[in-house]
Amino acid sequence: MVKTIHGTIVVPGERLDSRVEGKHPYTLEVGGAKIATVVGLLSRRDDKHVFINIKGVYVPEVGHVVIGLIESIGVTSWHVDINAPYQAILSAQDFLGRPFNPAVDDLARYLRPGDYIKARVTLFDKTRNPVLSVQGEGLGRIVNGLVVDISPSKIARVIGKRRSMANMIEEKTGCTLFPAVNGRVHIECPNRELEMIAVMALKVIEAEAHTVGLTERVARFIEERVGRGV
Amino acid sequence: MGHKAKVTLIDERGLRHDGRRFDELRPISMQIGVLANASGSALVEYGRTKVLAAVYGPREPSQKFMVLPDRAILRVRYHMAPFSTSERKNPAPSRREIELSKVIREALEDIVLSSEYPRTVIDIFIEVLQADGGTRVAGVTAASLALADAGVPMKGLVAGVAVGKVGGVLLLDVDEIEDSMGEADMPVAGAPDLGLVTLFQLNGVLSEEEVERGFSMAWKAIEKIVAMEKEVLRKKFEAAGEEV
Amino acid sequence: MSVTPFKLPVVPHIRRQAYISLYEKGLRADGRGIHEPRSIDVKTGVLEKAEGSAHVSLGSTQVLVGVKIEVAQPFRDAPDQGVLVVHAENVPLASPIFEPGPPDENAIELARVVDRSLREVKAVDLESLVIRVGEKVWNLWIDIYVLDHDGNLFDASMLATMAALATTKIPDYEETEVGEILVRREGASKPLKINHKVVTVTIAKIADFLIVDPTFEEEVIADYRLVLSFDENLRIVGAQKTGEGGMKVEELKEAIRIGKNTALTYFKILNQKLAQGV
Repeated sequence: MVKTIHGTIVVPGERLDSRVEGKHPYTLEVGGAKIATVVGLLSRRDDKHVFINIKGVYVPEVGHVVIGLIESIGVTSWHVDINAPYQAILSAQDFLGRPFNPAVDDLARYLRPGDYIKARVTLFDKTRNPVLSVQGEGLGRIVNGLVVDISPSKIARVIGKRRSMANMIEEKTGCTLFPAVNGRVHIECPNRELEMIAVMALKVIEAEAHTVGLTERVARFIEERVGRGV
Repeated sequence: MGHKAKVTLIDERGLRHDGRRFDELRPISMQIGVLANASGSALVEYGRTKVLAAVYGPREPSQKFMVLPDRAILRVRYHMAPFSTSERKNPAPSRREIELSKVIREALEDIVLSSEYPRTVIDIFIEVLQADGGTRVAGVTAASLALADAGVPMKGLVAGVAVGKVGGVLLLDVDEIEDSMGEADMPVAGAPDLGLVTLFQLNGVLSEEEVERGFSMAWKAIEKIVAMEKEVLRKKFEAAGEEV
Repeated sequence: MSVTPFKLPVVPHIRRQAYISLYEKGLRADGRGIHEPRSIDVKTGVLEKAEGSAHVSLGSTQVLVGVKIEVAQPFRDAPDQGVLVVHAENVPLASPIFEPGPPDENAIELARVVDRSLREVKAVDLESLVIRVGEKVWNLWIDIYVLDHDGNLFDASMLATMAALATTKIPDYEETEVGEILVRREGASKPLKINHKVVTVTIAKIADFLIVDPTFEEEVIADYRLVLSFDENLRIVGAQKTGEGGMKVEELKEAIRIGKNTALTYFKILNQKLAQGV
């Protein structure tokens, strides 16, 4: 099957029409012209021309729900890798939902380096590190399943328009998927074989994120493998 | 700089020892994403010069004091592998490598949007695997591709080339033997989309007119090399669109 | 590894604006023209233990250069030439920004730029430094000692180096029966043979202006500096763009033009001072 790209690949320094919509800093005004600053895809979405970066670094925003990896334990908080240029902090107080008592509470008992958590970014500006909270529905330590790393700029494709791609994968594999905006996907599957298929499907999406007809191709990919037991 | 085996640098037809014309580049090849661990990487060859560049970051530095509050710091290391030259090169950083690391860092500073990532470090490591002239400028080209591969925002792509004066003639993209027997070597690098020269040095003797003419020749070549970088970047990401 | 400088002093915006307003009037903070270097003082023969020496003041910048001569083996591929080595130190007493330690990238760059400016044009006649071809030659050690940093270390260092070399005397020597060279340093009188004199001109870009001989603060606010080396025939014998900002393509030509004029001024002063026998 021939795959075609849904638009044009644009490279750093190339000019874009001033009406093109793009996120800062991936588009920039330099000397009165709008330019792309990373490799990306210029395409038509509905009636607009949109520039999406193919390559980019994840920068946290307040409100983002991320999957973090505990890296180390501080005195009253954990240091969390959220796949961003900045390490994030989760305070013991937030995790416990009450003030931290060093006499009684041993942070290592709750979360240890190597644990994954789902958390919301509650504070971030570039003068200080992102602050996380696990207070909320579905947030906290990830206990079951697997976490897969995907380039953050491909997560949108993993979700799909109106969650079409993620829903399709869930339907065909029986897994539940949580694609986090910081480039990690949490998968929980009924068994190992289905888990492997889901992971492979995610890798296909990452490799072909900007091609047309991807949802059907991935659906076919999954069906073939589920059918014959991988 | 010695006088090696007798090589005719320019013959009666005006062709160089490798058959090139005075204003001809060596064959250039570029590959991106050659290293799995790095955020971005590129392998660039100018003829027999082979340079590998890798980018790590933006990331927080291991030493907390090594930051600026309003922008990322660039750390650039230009280094020649011991087996890159005819005589084994001592792996310890030489004064030349220290100077070239600085000169290459300065060739990239104005181009990278470092203000987007305050309090972080962006590491750019350049290793010369095979040296045959033009290693620092090939290094700048490789760094530009590696940064684009890493998704570090840049105002434009950068490329470099060296112009030499050999036997009284200005030659584009001199290789080692031409450089060793020449009267001048002028490495140039910059971002043609921005009209910015970010690396400029002269080692040797030139008249004002020769500097200007040599610079023009270099700049035209830099435009060509940046166009190659763009093609390589486009092709890499279009590859997913080919039939499997 | 080269790292973006993160400990440079901050120049307040108001001050930067003040500088630019002056440039718009063609002036600098100390009243000179934008293409005018500061006042220069050159003293030679200031170090008794050195075979050649010079102290240069360029405004408040002070650089001392000592030339030491020793017997050494020539390089294998240049058996008929003496050896020239240039070394520079940003001595910690010269500036709050200089830290004790081995030469950093700035000191290394300074030494290498001065070295290249002398070497390619063959400013020093290395062939006249042979004692016994292939075996014994004179090795010139040029040590640049920055004593006070108020900008433009390149031009001050090059002037001091040139003045020191121009007044360097080669020691007398004796050859023993076993071929050993015994150097007699007292009463050295043979002048070092100089083929060409070289100066560097540092041009800094600030806002829309190209200025000559920047002070320390001007260097901090500059986009970049272009250091151009000239011989007395105004051939360009070296160039180094230094600093983080990019140079616009059109600026190179203009900088060379300005550089040539300033080079003439530097040569005039250098020759004057040397003639005075200071």
